[in-house]
Amino acid sequence: MAKKVLVLLGTKKGAFVLESDARRRSWDLSGPFCETWPMNHVIADPATGTIYGAGGNEWFGPAVWKSTDLGKTWTHSSQGLTYGEGEQPIKSAWSLAPGAGGRLYAGVEPAGLFRSDDGGQSWQHVAGLRNHPSRPHWQPGGGGLILHSIVLHPSDSKQAWIGISSAGVFHTADGGETWEPRNRGTRSDYMPEDQRYPEYGQCVHCLVMASGMPDRLYQQNHCGMYRSDDGGRSWQSIEAGLPSSFGFPVAAHPRDPETAYLLPLNGDIAGRFVPEGKAAVWRTRDAGATWQDLREGLPQKNAFLGVLRQAMATDRLDPAGVYFGTSSGSLFASADEGESWNCIAQHLPTITSVETLVIE
Amino acid sequence: MMQRASPAAEPEVLVHLAPALVRLFPDAERQVKVAGSTVAEVMDALDTRWPGMRDRLCDSRPAIRRHINVFVNGERATLATGLAPGAEVWVLTAISGG
Repeated sequence: MAKKVLVLLGTKKGAFVLESDARRRSWDLSGPFCETWPMNHVIADPATGTIYGAGGNEWFGPAVWKSTDLGKTWTHSSQGLTYGEGEQPIKSAWSLAPGAGGRLYAGVEPAGLFRSDDGGQSWQHVAGLRNHPSRPHWQPGGGGLILHSIVLHPSDSKQAWIGISSAGVFHTADGGETWEPRNRGTRSDYMPEDQRYPEYGQCVHCLVMASGMPDRLYQQNHCGMYRSDDGGRSWQSIEAGLPSSFGFPVAAHPRDPETAYLLPLNGDIAGRFVPEGKAAVWRTRDAGATWQDLREGLPQKNAFLGVLRQAMATDRLDPAGVYFGTSSGSLFASADEGESWNCIAQHLPTITSVETLVIE
Repeated sequence: MMQRASPAAEPEVLVHLAPALVRLFPDAERQVKVAGSTVAEVMDALDTRWPGMRDRLCDSRPAIRRHINVFVNGERATLATGLAPGAEVWVLTAISGG
């Protein structure tokens, strides 16, 4: 039985940590940490319990923060987080992923990938990605040219997928030396009609892998929701049955590859609120063929809230917990796979990321 | 045997560090004397004393970060700005950064 469940939050004013036991009924909040820096993604390495936070401050630039005592104390470093003299400076760190053997990956703005083999103290640029011939054509998304999603193959350390707003999904099979775009079947609705399925340039918002099926990926894009069963080589729309084609996060069930969670918003030019001001998480149990809206305990009137790219997650308990944080600073949690929800924190700064850590 | 002359001590400057910067380095002080004849050398000296501090103040162009101001004798400085011995250097967070 799990001893502790932690929910890790990145917000625009620091990192926060919520802690509960396996029942997940009452939560203790601590924070803000990281000197109230904007923290874009706060994760934990499940192998060690180390917490890492990717952020960037207008005064002091980018850094990856680290805590080895579950958030009580923190250090920070950006050593090596640079494209080199004369190149565009890195503005902020946006995404993190723990790899095998203690390796840590970070995605940054302007989009690029770094890795660390010393627990985030020093970083090396994975230059192959920015050497891709498409790079001169990468256009920023509304929030900037950001590498915001990193998905690592669970058993092949040379394989990884990344998502960039707005360059699309790229894959490497050789540890980052070379990359190829994998966007076939995903739309760019903001392009002329005959250019709406380009090889790259899509505004992917979030990418996750299905549990136990490394070839299955789910994607929330600016223009649609998709599933791939061939490692991203081709994507099928799974929007049918959803209230819109727009949203930011997607979360995978910890064990069932057929189950995923989305949080569709009303549209990119309609305010980016939950549709009709009624909050709902949508769950599929059949890999996107059908969807069920889950609303019990969620506000159903005047809820003009949004949820950002990395702000939804599951935990690995059974039944799975599901969590999402809003741009209005509320955190909602379900301990029963989404059937019912509670608001477990509110009045926080804008929540940019939600991740979990279960400690046995 | 001829005695080797002692090297002259490097001229020092007095550096004032912004509170928000000092908070990032638990053992840093608000005022510190370091050796340096340019702002760039002062950055190196600060980084030697508190590893990582240069990255917080300078970006990879290389230049002082856009929302950090360094003042020397009342004037905004760049990394190339020269410093006389005993100069006062103010490292401040700019209002443009929030």
